[in-house]
Amino acid sequence: MLKKMAWLSGVVSTASVILPGIASAAQPMPWQVDLQPAGTGIMREIRWFEEYTLWFLIPIVLLVLGLLLYVIVRFNKRSNPTPSRVSHNTMIEIIWTIGPVLVLLMFAVPSFQLLTAQYTPPGEPGLTIKATGNQWYWGYEYQGDQAEDVSFDAYMLRDADRAEYGKEDKAVYPRLLAVDNEIVVPVDTTVRLLVTAGDVLHSWAMPAFGVKMDAVPGRLNETWFRVDKEGIYYGQCSELCGKDHAFMPIAVRAVSKEQYDKWHAAALEDVGVANKQLMAAIESQQKLASAE
Amino acid sequence: MAGTIAHDGHADHKPQGFVRRWMFSTNHKDIGTLYLIFAITAGILGGFLSVMMRWELAEPGIQIFHGLASMIYGVEGDAAIDAGKSMYNAFTTAHGLIMIFFMVMPALIGGFANWMVPIMIGAPDMAFPRMNNISFWLLPPAFLLLLISMFMPSAPGAHGVGGGWTIYPPFSTVGQPGPAMDFAILSLHIAGASSILGAINFITTIFNMRAPGMTLHKMPLFAWSVLITAFLLLLSLPVLAGGITMLLTDRNFGTTFFAPDGGGDPLLFQHLFWFFGHPEVYILILPGFGIISHIVSTFSRKPVFGYLGMAYAMVAIGVVGFIVWAHHMYTVGLSLDTQRYFVFATMVIAVPTGVKIFSWIATMWGGSLDMRTPMLWAIGFIFLFTVGGVTGVQLANAGLDRSLHDTYYVVAHFHYVLSLGAVFAIFAAWYYWFPKMTGYMYNSTVARIHFWVTFIGVNLIFFPQHFLGLAGMPRRYIDYPDAFAGWNHVSSIGSYISAVGVLIFLYGVFEAFAKKREAGANPWGEGATTLEWQLSSPPPYHQWEQLPRIK
Repeated sequence: MLKKMAWLSGVVSTASVILPGIASAAQPMPWQVDLQPAGTGIMREIRWFEEYTLWFLIPIVLLVLGLLLYVIVRFNKRSNPTPSRVSHNTMIEIIWTIGPVLVLLMFAVPSFQLLTAQYTPPGEPGLTIKATGNQWYWGYEYQGDQAEDVSFDAYMLRDADRAEYGKEDKAVYPRLLAVDNEIVVPVDTTVRLLVTAGDVLHSWAMPAFGVKMDAVPGRLNETWFRVDKEGIYYGQCSELCGKDHAFMPIAVRAVSKEQYDKWHAAALEDVGVANKQLMAAIESQQKLASAE
Repeated sequence: MAGTIAHDGHADHKPQGFVRRWMFSTNHKDIGTLYLIFAITAGILGGFLSVMMRWELAEPGIQIFHGLASMIYGVEGDAAIDAGKSMYNAFTTAHGLIMIFFMVMPALIGGFANWMVPIMIGAPDMAFPRMNNISFWLLPPAFLLLLISMFMPSAPGAHGVGGGWTIYPPFSTVGQPGPAMDFAILSLHIAGASSILGAINFITTIFNMRAPGMTLHKMPLFAWSVLITAFLLLLSLPVLAGGITMLLTDRNFGTTFFAPDGGGDPLLFQHLFWFFGHPEVYILILPGFGIISHIVSTFSRKPVFGYLGMAYAMVAIGVVGFIVWAHHMYTVGLSLDTQRYFVFATMVIAVPTGVKIFSWIATMWGGSLDMRTPMLWAIGFIFLFTVGGVTGVQLANAGLDRSLHDTYYVVAHFHYVLSLGAVFAIFAAWYYWFPKMTGYMYNSTVARIHFWVTFIGVNLIFFPQHFLGLAGMPRRYIDYPDAFAGWNHVSSIGSYISAVGVLIFLYGVFEAFAKKREAGANPWGEGATTLEWQLSSPPPYHQWEQLPRIK
């Protein structure tokens, strides 16, 4: 099974390389019918598991549909005027009890592996960020050695403010998903995320990471993610929190470690300036890449 | 069995006058009728709310709710937009509560079970007829309180309870200080009391008033399903009542059960709520299981396959339903071991459910199928419930639920098992027992059109919601990123089609009462073997004055 898992995840990651554009891989697409492309190893496993379950569940649905259609055709009152009186068959009853049990066992093994993996970060975190849900924005605090580390609030980007933040491109900064200040994290680094709330329940969700953690007042929930591709990833508040529940998105910008260090040093002084510098650096990097 | 003839002489002991007949009614059939009328009314209102929501969601951006808010609450400009956003949340909340407490439960338990369980077990009436009366008459005030709550202030600048049917604190305590939430809590208290009284009545009736010779193991499956449902109600509703009472005192009397600043915990409420809420969803579907068994058996002209397995599968579903509640809470920060347990326990439920699906198919296997209208709905139920069931198996896995929790995937799942499951069972029962209850036969062409329009409509609503959920669209959103526009539009079109289906249904009812086609005691032929088909249609006001004897 693990072998198959590795093979399938290979297929998945190849597919996501072929898909154009890093930025577009991290947000929902029109007419999308499956999970978002993975930005972390955990999400790759979630995607694999979801496809794996479909290999059992779609045939089960088709089996039930086929049997229903068969009995409608074969056993309707014209083709079968005299009904049988059979109402017991111990063997078939055992089969349709054991059969589902076996399917569930086939689910249980990878399901428990996935669940365990989600609670098993690979080593010590390189970075700790605390996210606090508020009506209706997210507060972020980086927790490092400095007494006063980087902290900022992230509000949904309003159309009126796009120019001010240099985020006019709606393909990269979509309506209702883009924020004024993204969380910036380095790739290939385990990020520990602490989640809590200041007023009512919220939920910090990032589909491409396979992360969803409720923000509960009075509790400090802990989760982690390790991004393996650079780009902007978008998520949305996932616990009903009042009138602007739909308007407090979550955005994570994953960058190279060097870029992160530069950003972090600058952000200690001024987050807005640091973000502008980072965006300029990424833009020139992309221009270089497309020139080659 | 002595049947129709012996009873006709006693048929008309009806109380005189509208008030005595309907308001003071202690007759299980009259009370059942009241429940059905109530459920249809509430269903139309709950359906109206959902069509408004789908209209809003047909396009990205806020389309109608700021206008609705300014019409109803008299606010303008930005205040109207804010009030509209809250109003949308109030609509999702009211839609959920109405459909669960004031449509499905009154229809299946108060309506069909009240009507048919005493007849099916050969009892003259319910065990406590006057308690039956108050069970019903508690519902209209409960419903009224909920409706009033929609016009009461809640959060600042908002009207109506906007916390979803789950009413999680702190949004339901400090988040909405206005009186709307208190009205909704009292509404739930009263509706809950009504259901607990009803449950006591059913348990007593079924245990003590079965006809001579009808052992539990000979009892029709609908009576079994109602018995199990009644136990679930009796054991789970008091927990809800406790939880919402704590909400009420947190809100009004300074307690801090759910407030961390006073030593409480918001998650305590979620545990209490889902300890009720999960059995509740089985309460909604189990009577449907019973109904589908009868319809499949009747129109296959075969006894139910694996009767005992069917009965005990429902018992198993009911029992296990009490120990899986935290699968609604995988993302709240439960420990790894807790999640492992709830994954395991939840998956177990798939086994008895599978037994039921396969047994229904086996009942049809070798039968002589008559595809009358109720059978159409029943087969539709089996297929759609299977679709909702397999997505439930996916959601049971905490690792995958991490991605799907609180997205439209969950919305699609529970509407497949409830809106397409429970509601299809209700319509199946309606078309199955309508001739028995009224004495009139409906127009089967209208009924079939109703089926096909509804079938297409609801699938168009809910199937695309799987895609939205996978793509990550969270539920309870008034507006969504533009990428979600396509499937949302399809879903909204489905909702309009389903609304047309409701109109066809109402026309069918009107047509049947206008044309007054005599249905006869048993319009379904020899496959209909349960006791209600031995009575006239409609049955005499008091039935089984001579108890039937079961061999």
